[in-house]
Amino acid sequence: MNMHALQVFFAMGGYAAYVWPAYALFFIVLIADTLAPVLRRRRVLRELRVRLARQSARQGRSPHPTSP
Amino acid sequence: MSNWIPLWVHKLGSPPTFYRFAGIVMPWMMALALLVGALGLYGGLVLAPADYQQGDAYRIIFIHVPSAWMSMFVYAVMGMSSVIALVWRIKLAEVVAMESAPIGAAFTFITLVTGSLWGKPMWGTWWTWDARLTSELVLLFLYLGVIGLYHAFEDRRQGARAAAFLAIIGIINVPIVHFSVNWWNTLHQGSTVKLFGPSKIAWDMLWPLLTMTLATKFYYLASLFRRVRTDLLALEGGKDWVREIARSEGDQ
Repeated sequence: MNMHALQVFFAMGGYAAYVWPAYALFFIVLIADTLAPVLRRRRVLRELRVRLARQSARQGRSPHPTSP
Repeated sequence: MSNWIPLWVHKLGSPPTFYRFAGIVMPWMMALALLVGALGLYGGLVLAPADYQQGDAYRIIFIHVPSAWMSMFVYAVMGMSSVIALVWRIKLAEVVAMESAPIGAAFTFITLVTGSLWGKPMWGTWWTWDARLTSELVLLFLYLGVIGLYHAFEDRRQGARAAAFLAIIGIINVPIVHFSVNWWNTLHQGSTVKLFGPSKIAWDMLWPLLTMTLATKFYYLASLFRRVRTDLLALEGGKDWVREIARSEGDQ
């Protein structure tokens, strides 16, 4: 593709101001939708580890309370 | 439950099994979504010719229509899972219903905004209170209502049941969205693509549209599985299988 063809492509027949924001929004919303559970997963596991550490500390620093 | 349901269905319904299953399937769905989506975008933005009436503005169709279909498809999945969750009290069905809501809301939001960006140059207005646009806006509010109700309860499962009930009532809106262009005279154009009978669209434009539709389906499965996995970890935090995961991923 040469420079002119690229310019024609990005101009979208004069509708660039409508077409490209639509596509940008599509990707921004879906990327946010993808990242949200990834971040939540990290937070959930971190909180769980804190809780587990607190529990084992309470049980005399032994992760297995039944073993001597 | 009855004997005619095969054993693997019961097994897949158990949180640790589904967690592992979704973990295997999810990356493949995401890869397929990206691959098929790239093909659809290339076909729609580069290969397809400009429309004889709308010029290049019509190219918004390749994200607008698949998103609109997904806004209804995801609602149907959420509604059916809600019925299963309320009738059989299956935890996984609750999770699938509640984790579908944000994805459906995302697609509905995309539909409304891309439609607005398409409407401005073609109709001369960003918004009009016609049947199709209004019912799609109601769909967004239903999704937001389900999400809000779910989070309004201290007890997560109680919230899921209340929100599932709202989701079931809201199903009535899905056929209204779909048939609104036939039932009322609106600014919004009628269906271009038909399951039965010939579609009113050239093949050069149709295949990228269908390809993008397939890509959004794959994306939904990937996003749903990712969300369900996270939610199962949060819901089953006290169980051994989740503690095992928390310990083994401690270094990350």
